Amino acid sequence: MKIAVCVNRVPDTETRVKIGADGKTIDKTGVNYILNPYDEFAVEEALKTKEKFGGEVIVISLGGSENVEVIRKALAMGADKGILLKDDSQRDTFSIAKALAEVLKEISPDIIFFGKQSIDYDDQAMPSLVAELLGLPSITVVVKLEISEDGTVIAEREIEGGREKVRSKLPIVIGAQRGLNEPRYPSLKGIMAAKSKPVEERPAPQFENKTEVIEMLLPPPKKPGRILGTDASAVPELVRLLREEAKVI
Amino acid sequence: MAKRVLTFAEQREGKFKKSAFEAVRTGRKIADEISAEFFTLVIGDENAEKIAPELGNYGAEKVFVVSDPKLAQYSLTAYAKVIADVMREIDAEYLFMSATAMGKELAPRVAGKIDAGFALDCTDLKVENGEVIATRPVYAGKAFIRVKVNSDKKIYTLRPNVFSAGESDGKMAVVEKLNVNLTDDDFKVVAFETVASTKGKLDVTEADIVVSGGRGLKAPENFKLIEELADVLGAAVGASRAVVDAGWRPHDEQVGQTGKTVSPKLYIAIGISGAIQHLAGMSSSKVIVAINKDKDAPIFQVADYGIAGDLFEVVPALIEELKKVLGK
Repeated sequence: MKIAVCVNRVPDTETRVKIGADGKTIDKTGVNYILNPYDEFAVEEALKTKEKFGGEVIVISLGGSENVEVIRKALAMGADKGILLKDDSQRDTFSIAKALAEVLKEISPDIIFFGKQSIDYDDQAMPSLVAELLGLPSITVVVKLEISEDGTVIAEREIEGGREKVRSKLPIVIGAQRGLNEPRYPSLKGIMAAKSKPVEERPAPQFENKTEVIEMLLPPPKKPGRILGTDASAVPELVRLLREEAKVI
Repeated sequence: MAKRVLTFAEQREGKFKKSAFEAVRTGRKIADEISAEFFTLVIGDENAEKIAPELGNYGAEKVFVVSDPKLAQYSLTAYAKVIADVMREIDAEYLFMSATAMGKELAPRVAGKIDAGFALDCTDLKVENGEVIATRPVYAGKAFIRVKVNSDKKIYTLRPNVFSAGESDGKMAVVEKLNVNLTDDDFKVVAFETVASTKGKLDVTEADIVVSGGRGLKAPENFKLIEELADVLGAAVGASRAVVDAGWRPHDEQVGQTGKTVSPKLYIAIGISGAIQHLAGMSSSKVIVAINKDKDAPIFQVADYGIAGDLFEVVPALIEELKKVLGK
């Protein structure tokens, strides 16, 4: 089975965001970057799929040369080869999706995994949009996945207050959610092996952006709150304030 | 020709979500501001047809209903086709829908079909010089971007609980049935069963009040305090990443950058110190209460009201006080 997994490089969750000099993106100074956390579930599921059906796992990432780091991490976990779609420009989701779709069309995988969202721009659009551009079915926010020999796919995806079971068929695009699996840690052997695995670099196909960021802003500062007390005696005052001042209960 | 705006109003099993009313009201407001004609779309079976007129309460005048027994069950691919076809059919430029589990995967698929740019999970929409400017959180709310969509067709999804549905206008909308030709091929993805996590459980993204617990609770069984408080308030239960990672709570309750981002009216954080990734997911809540032993915990920097005390003493007292005051 030909398995593709698309990964992204994002600031880690401990990052304190500062606005960059352009006023439209973050200040990258001192920011620590990681493999997008949801992509770890995607890579793990890709590896499990390969373990069940055989085949190869191809890791794809679009971005600057530094994106090789996240490709190498996926290779260290056990993926077979990488493709870096090199691009240093600011692109919107649609433009990136088109570039990924063009390359994926050529590879023609049986199954394509994404993390359900990238924790930078958070719009959760990439798996569904790439699938649409490829004319493939998609299931996103997936917490359980079963693929049968005949190509039937049964998945559970998270919805408000529960899950829904979804039926579809290969070839398909899957958006992985936390809970789908327990991502493995790269072993020392895996890390060593990753160094000699092939990573092909090619320029990312170019497409126009459909959106324009006017500015990036920090959330309005909150006025300092009040500590009402240090024990249960503060409870009646808290309830009074919630009812009479904040009017929320 | 006048511009046209379409809002997709989500229903499941013959019931609209509150977020559908928010989307209709907001779509209507934007349409009025840009002098556009306003239409609403409902997809489902005959049950959807029955409830469609009530959208008149939230600003809809004409509601298109695409009704088919096969559409009773949500199908991503079929629903996306219907929405795209209706957008083309009525030549609409703008599409609004809710950023729900359904809307989040439908919007990008519709965008791919009609070549529309999009701004998703918006928390504010404004018309400036005749153009729609969307504000949406990035980095789980650590920052916001103001975005303009430049393509001919434009799609916006609205974060639930942020936009106002307003008071009911007491009006009924006019319903017009539309036919969309659907083949088996359009049902490549079908949701065939829904499993509720627990009976009547509220989702943190949809609830007006969220009560969240963290490591300060010391043991998973102590979450019954959180559940009891949530019960008194009619609130959803949330959790910090630490306790989800520890396996105390299911991950669908996790609030934060690698969990859910919430904007309830009231957020009560109990035994949560306030790691930056948790704060990102909840600091847009309208009112925040923190109960934590450590008065220097970062959670108090975003809290409107705090009690820097022992939660095992404070929370039971809070439950009793609320029962008394709320008459439960």
